[in-house]
Amino acid sequence: MIPAAFDYVRVDSVDAAVAALTEHGDDAKLLAGGHSLLPLMKLRLAFPSVLIDIGRIEGLSYVRQEGDQVAIGALTRHCDVNASPELARHAPLLAYVAGKVGDPQVRHRGTIGGSIAHADPASDLPAAVLALGGEMVVTGPSGQRVIPATEFFTGFLETAMSPEEMLTEIRVPTATAGHSYQKFVRRAQDWAMVGVAVARYDGTTGVSLVNMGPTPLRAAAVESALASGASAADAAEVADQDSEPTGDANASPEFRRHLAKVLTRRALEEAGL
Amino acid sequence: MSILGNRVLRKEDPKFLTVGGTYVDDIGLAGALHVAYVRSTFAHARILSIDTEEARKAPGVVAVYTAADVDLGPRPPEMPMFNQAMTRSLLADDTVRFVGECVAAVVADTRARAVDAAELVQIDYDPLPAVVDVETALRDETLLFPAAGTNLAMDMTFGTDEHFMDGCEVVVRHQFLNHRVAPCPLEVRAASAEWSPEGRLTQYSSTQAPHGVKSGLAGALALDEAQVRVLSPDVGGGFGAKMGTYPEELLVAWMARRLGRPVRWVETRSESMVGLGHGRGQLQEVEIGGSRDGRILAYRLNVIQDGGAYPAIGAVLPFMTRTMLSGVYDIPKVEFNSRSVVTNTTPTVAYRGAGRPEATAAIERVLDMFAAEIGMDPAEVRRRNLIQKDAFPFTTPTGTVYDIGDYVRALDLALEAADYPALRAAQKQRRESGATKQLGIGLSVYVEITNGMPSSEFGAVEVRPDGTVVVRTGTSPHGQGHVTAWAMLVSEQLGIPIESIEVVHGDTDVVPRGVGTFGSRSLQAGGVAVNQAATAVVERARQLAADLLEANPDDVILDKVGQRFHVQGTPAAGRSWKELAAEAESQGGLTAEVDFTAPGPTFPFGAHLVVAEVDTETGLVEIKRIVAVDDAGKILNPMLAEGQVHGGLAQGVAQALLEEVRYDEDGNPVTANLADYAFVTAAELPSFERIAMETPTPVNELGAKGIGESGTIGSTPAVHNAVCDALVHLGVRHVPMPTSPQRVWRAINEATGKASA
Amino acid sequence: MKVSIEVNGKKEEHDVEDRTLLVFFLRETLGLTGTNIGCDTTNCGACTVIMNGESVKSCTVLAAQADGQKVLTIEGLGTSQDDMHPMQEAFRQNHALQCGYCTPGMVMAAVSLVHDNPNITEAEVREGLEGNLCRCTGYHNIVKAVLAAAGSGGGDL
Repeated sequence: MIPAAFDYVRVDSVDAAVAALTEHGDDAKLLAGGHSLLPLMKLRLAFPSVLIDIGRIEGLSYVRQEGDQVAIGALTRHCDVNASPELARHAPLLAYVAGKVGDPQVRHRGTIGGSIAHADPASDLPAAVLALGGEMVVTGPSGQRVIPATEFFTGFLETAMSPEEMLTEIRVPTATAGHSYQKFVRRAQDWAMVGVAVARYDGTTGVSLVNMGPTPLRAAAVESALASGASAADAAEVADQDSEPTGDANASPEFRRHLAKVLTRRALEEAGL
Repeated sequence: MSILGNRVLRKEDPKFLTVGGTYVDDIGLAGALHVAYVRSTFAHARILSIDTEEARKAPGVVAVYTAADVDLGPRPPEMPMFNQAMTRSLLADDTVRFVGECVAAVVADTRARAVDAAELVQIDYDPLPAVVDVETALRDETLLFPAAGTNLAMDMTFGTDEHFMDGCEVVVRHQFLNHRVAPCPLEVRAASAEWSPEGRLTQYSSTQAPHGVKSGLAGALALDEAQVRVLSPDVGGGFGAKMGTYPEELLVAWMARRLGRPVRWVETRSESMVGLGHGRGQLQEVEIGGSRDGRILAYRLNVIQDGGAYPAIGAVLPFMTRTMLSGVYDIPKVEFNSRSVVTNTTPTVAYRGAGRPEATAAIERVLDMFAAEIGMDPAEVRRRNLIQKDAFPFTTPTGTVYDIGDYVRALDLALEAADYPALRAAQKQRRESGATKQLGIGLSVYVEITNGMPSSEFGAVEVRPDGTVVVRTGTSPHGQGHVTAWAMLVSEQLGIPIESIEVVHGDTDVVPRGVGTFGSRSLQAGGVAVNQAATAVVERARQLAADLLEANPDDVILDKVGQRFHVQGTPAAGRSWKELAAEAESQGGLTAEVDFTAPGPTFPFGAHLVVAEVDTETGLVEIKRIVAVDDAGKILNPMLAEGQVHGGLAQGVAQALLEEVRYDEDGNPVTANLADYAFVTAAELPSFERIAMETPTPVNELGAKGIGESGTIGSTPAVHNAVCDALVHLGVRHVPMPTSPQRVWRAINEATGKASA
Repeated sequence: MKVSIEVNGKKEEHDVEDRTLLVFFLRETLGLTGTNIGCDTTNCGACTVIMNGESVKSCTVLAAQADGQKVLTIEGLGTSQDDMHPMQEAFRQNHALQCGYCTPGMVMAAVSLVHDNPNITEAEVREGLEGNLCRCTGYHNIVKAVLAAAGSGGGDL
């Protein structure tokens, strides 16, 4: 319940955050809403010696339409993503999924950047951004770079960001042609046992899977089946093709594979396919 | 007009709602130290060495203790019927027997520093094979207590008739696991201790039974009971798991004495999930036999009870299962045998229902299987076997004497309220259309035992000279509302409004004797004691008034509205409660104490009907309706009674659907926090449809039976049956509890011949 | 570090360890023990308070993060029997509490929920309280109370 001792550092700019990360190296962790990190620290499963609070950096909480993309500031909270009229209009999948994260209290604190940077394969938002074919804007000592979502999640709780970099913005394409998020849970407050996100945009359909491997996964086989004209039901049959689900107290790998297929079919149907 | 039977709002609530209750961890003791326990990370291992050096040197640390420091000997098993070699050291001595067992205690000036230093205690373990399930335990290949020579803590054999099922046209057999669940009171365990310079102990404890804790402390610390005061302020739920005295609490007192300073302890939820006792854990071999026309002729239940690492109350609960073996049915022949074993898991204790839910779950589930086997509607099979209302008092084949009941009516009320024929029609339609989501209708008709082993309970009523009343009770409410309920009983007799009646509990210095609150005993034990004390106070006041009015006591009446006594027909001359209390002050006060022992237990009953929707593709179950008829005799305050039923229903549903304590094959708990343990939330439950039914018991003057556990006992099998019923047309015979999506999916696959893993 | 938090309308300045969680700041530094701790995984919601008008779990907010913010606890809602907030009153009228342990957090969560959605439905109440566990009531009367309060100022802050 009580985290191990650490030094708290509050920064007021992205540059200061990057400088602090550079100074403290691996011992430091960024703290935004804290809803991925603090629970681990309370169980003493994580014990950074420095916490860099980026929560008060001005100008990192926003949703803006920019051409055929929507840009979301990394510090935008789940409740704000959920309630954003811009997202409701231009990328409704993201708004919907943000409303499925945790519970109201969690959504009042947790941020989209924190959730994506934490890169939990069981988490909702990373998969949504993946299905949307989004990209992450990260800022480091040598400036900004853009990483496509498909290259961002590199391993279990690992991303393509270097230790000195900070996620500052998420961009997703305008996607209004249909969407669905099937979050399979026994209890509303649970992490997804399996989840499937579908977003249709620009003539294509993006499909991604939650909790079907060490990272959020893009269901490439489903996408290409659809591209070659397969029905939703047929395409869904290959939903688990490149997945590596693990077993736990709730579900065996086989059950997860089965769920992925069923939920993919339902998601595609709900998205209008 | 009588206050009894009314929906009187709780006197307790304004405080809870505006500043919150006062729980043990809310009470700071000046100069108190904090303890953090170091717990075993192995299910079964020998302790080779413990290095406390680093911890001792850590900032703020005052002491680090291991078994070698504790001069209180191992505790014998809690009950004489257990194998007496199964003793427990307060801190694990040479062997740890479950993950979460305390191995060392670190005391520091702040809680954070105690926790920090606890991480520095190094324990070298030599792992032993872990005994995780009861069948492995029975094989005795690995013994938890070599000195005991067996893992069997106790057994009960009542019959092994080879021809038991002779004459039955149909026999259905099945194995059920009534799985382990975690009681999960929202307030975890907490205790703090302070010694006076004269050597008197004051201990704060989050408990259901403060006087029991007092005895436990006195026994363990070799003190005279008068040297111990136990206070249990507000308690954030117990559900049976806070009945006993845990090693952690005894050590808090011991450490405070040793250090000469107050010591405080509160566990974390993750500790509580392995340290607080678990409930259930009964493996059942069930056999039912009968005729094709639906008459049950023979019923046999053989169980293996999981006692966990050290036999406690859980290990003796099969006795309660046997007591309620045949439930609401008139079955000519029954048989029951049980074996209770130790395993390398958290000890099992009482949990809401405590042995009775296991009995009800077994018979109600197998009855549905029997109904499916003979192709008869489960409601009809029940109806054909229910004990009739003119048969009471009814003695069951296991010798239990039921006080009173009308089970047919309870079933009828539930079926009517739910519109059973319409539900079956809707189900038929779904089946015929091959819908993905199938409908299941589950029934359970139950009877249970409350105040099961009647013991004396204390109640006292005193009218103070200012006209207010203080009630002292030996019961120890932790949500049940005794402060309001006992005030209603007293107000009814004295005419003094409940606002002027204070109810005191949970302080062993103020309440001289008491047993506590568990087993749905409080109203019929402590409530009756208070009621009788109120009667006695009225009589005393009448006598006093008669003396003062120079009248015959028989002619003096109490005008409850005016709150005064006067001679019948001459209201002008009288004496108020205030005056009488002032008058009585010199004669020891206007007070009465009663120790009441009920002549026997009572047997609440009811019928629950659950409608569940089962997604046959994903296995997900959604509860659509819960219709509950619960008869607990005469109801004192319907609002409080309904609250008890609601909570019970939720916990019963949770067991059937969601909650399960699980271990891996090495005995590591995999549900040891509230992220992994599927504690039921508002989102998984519908609003409940409760149907009132009141059949007063002749056992006590209030006509009251217990209501605390009924909801849990009836609802688990109703939910379980609903889930199975939704799938019966697919060839599914049974889905094990809790009916998780994966289990439902597997059951469908097995029935339809598809492969699944 | 030094933090300054406005708690129930009163500015509270204290030196705390950097790792201090808001819930410990409230309970131990300020002695406001109405806010309870029921778990260590951010699941139970017993520690829910309102920060800047929104429900948060005070076990998952550092006191340092709350520095300069406004926090409302159960002690700052309605402070006596005669001055209860409509949500508190609805809990009392509907017997939406038993042991009382989850109650402060449940009330604060409910106020925030109704504040955000005054025309809330039963299903939305049930979903909206998913992060607040109660072991006693089966939630039935809590849901009833929140719905009752929704129509009568239950979301007022």
